[in-house]
Amino acid sequence: MSAPLLRVEHLGMHFGGLKAVDDVDLDVPEGEITAVIGPNGAGKSTFFNVVSGFCTPTTGRVALNGVDVTGLAPHRIARLGVARTFQTTKLFPEAEVLDNVIIGRRQHTKSNVLDAILRTKRLRTEAAECRERARQALEFAGVLHLEALPVGSIPQEARKRVAIALALVAEPQLLLLDEPAAGINEEETSGLTALIRKVVESGIAVCLVEHKMRMVMDLSDRIVVLNQGKKIAEGTPEEIRGDPTVIDAYLGGSSHA
Amino acid sequence: MRLPPARGVALSLLLLTAILFPLLVDNPYLVSVVITAYVTAIAVYGLDVMLGYTGELSLAQGGFFGIGGYSAGILMATYEVSFWIALPAAVVMTAALGYVIGLAALRTRGDYFAIFTLAVGVMIVIIIERWEGVTGGTDGLIGIPPPSSIGPLRFDSLTAQYYLVLFFLVLTIYVVWSLVNSLVGRTFVAVRNSEELARAVGIDAGKTHQLSFVISAALAGLGGALYAVFLGYIGPAMGGVQMTFMMLVYLMIGGVASLAGPLVGTLLVTGLMQFLQAFAEYQMMALGPILVVVIIFFPKGLAGLAKLLPERWRR
Ligand SMILES: Nc1ncnc2c1ncn2[C@@H]1O[C@H](COP(=O)(O)OP(=O)(O)OP(=O)(O)O)[C@@H](O)[C@H]1O
Ligand SMILES: [Mg+2]
Repeated sequence: MSAPLLRVEHLGMHFGGLKAVDDVDLDVPEGEITAVIGPNGAGKSTFFNVVSGFCTPTTGRVALNGVDVTGLAPHRIARLGVARTFQTTKLFPEAEVLDNVIIGRRQHTKSNVLDAILRTKRLRTEAAECRERARQALEFAGVLHLEALPVGSIPQEARKRVAIALALVAEPQLLLLDEPAAGINEEETSGLTALIRKVVESGIAVCLVEHKMRMVMDLSDRIVVLNQGKKIAEGTPEEIRGDPTVIDAYLGGSSHA
Repeated sequence: MRLPPARGVALSLLLLTAILFPLLVDNPYLVSVVITAYVTAIAVYGLDVMLGYTGELSLAQGGFFGIGGYSAGILMATYEVSFWIALPAAVVMTAALGYVIGLAALRTRGDYFAIFTLAVGVMIVIIIERWEGVTGGTDGLIGIPPPSSIGPLRFDSLTAQYYLVLFFLVLTIYVVWSLVNSLVGRTFVAVRNSEELARAVGIDAGKTHQLSFVISAALAGLGGALYAVFLGYIGPAMGGVQMTFMMLVYLMIGGVASLAGPLVGTLLVTGLMQFLQAFAEYQMMALGPILVVVIIFFPKGLAGLAKLLPERWRR
């Protein structure tokens, strides 16, 4: 059997005495949605930071398609096909929506300073192709009509969709989504759920961190539960729903949204 | 990426004015003031590449200006190298030094980067002053010849030197314009806007900063070399921290991250300083309040103000 798209083994990220991620094993297979859930401070975002190269793990390893990528810089990991969004939706401020997404395509271009100064054919072709791809990604995410607006002026839900377009324009193999539905209403959440499903159907594996249980249960093929950095459960939505350890540690019986 | 016609016309008019200027103004002193402003503006464009587009304030710009000046000056005065070789050599040497300094300086960001580069600027002056055998120490270096003629083109007159400097200024503006309006410039701006997000989308932020810093240093080197050759003399002051701060003032008043900003700011403030020369000691005192007013009321400088106006008219 070939190696899974993402395999994380014995992963640990310690900040001083705090074990934000503690000996976690996890696989994200191709073509699936794997959710990572857990109460606040469970280490979900830290897990993403390690996988995307923003933090170098204290222990363990991260492998993409069987290749060890532990400790590589974020831009290297991005170029290996891992895209991510951030918990507090990050976009390039002071720029228009289309310009935001264009830069996501930069990793596939080769134009350098000389191309710029000499206005070479390569530069013009690549610039046109970036723009085209960016518009396609915006269309896919349902926000092409906002392309000319400054990102600061568009609503929260649209910002989240633009952030997803920015991640997708690079044509990643794996998309890490950190609480994509935080701070938006129920209707908008179901719209975003549909978008994420469309992403997976297009062949991209998704790793989803989300507190909104409805979305997680609707979308996920597998769910991994973290608590205080440790993996406490793993299984299908049905298995997780009925798991007493999970209900105990995480749902606490009340926050079932 | 083509210029809209209105801007094209405006630019042609500006260029025409610049070309006719020394022919219409029969005042050598004024022409030499403008030449000085042009060469300084070249370095200010460099400052803007790093500050305006990439978002890091380099306070070594005056130092690099000095390095460019001394490199060209020493090559030409001491080793009798032709200007046409000394100029590119000075640019390459400054850029190379910028690369090496960048390796260390760019481990820091923000205030720390500014302070680090300020220290580099101070060190450059100290080295220039102490390395007497080569640089002439605090006395400086005299006897830098004008550029040698190429064919029928001679560069010993003020007007010819004006055109030479204008050529390099236009070249600089073109280079900055083409960078800014390319994927390379987009990459600079992305790193400025959010380094974290830029890295997440696959941009090598370290390399991007390094590239911007080298371009910035190269432009300082070009301006400095032209400055030294034009004056025929160099002293440690031209590489000093005061030079850096003047460049920063030009840029802030003209407007960061705008193509016109560096030139507008440099010309305007240089002109103003000439006007205030009668009150020599109070020059800097007048400049302070002006800078404060500009930063408070027009944070994007005069170029930013000019951008606002047409928008209002259009509505
Ligand atoms: N860079 C850091 N330095 C020190 N501690 C950190 C760092 N990043 C995260 N932590 C700590 O690690 C723990 C896990 O944080 P993390 O942000 O990963 O949680 P989370 O599961 O994403 O929570 P939430 O659901 O609130 O987003 C927290 O206690 C946090 O304070
Ligand atoms: Mg989090």
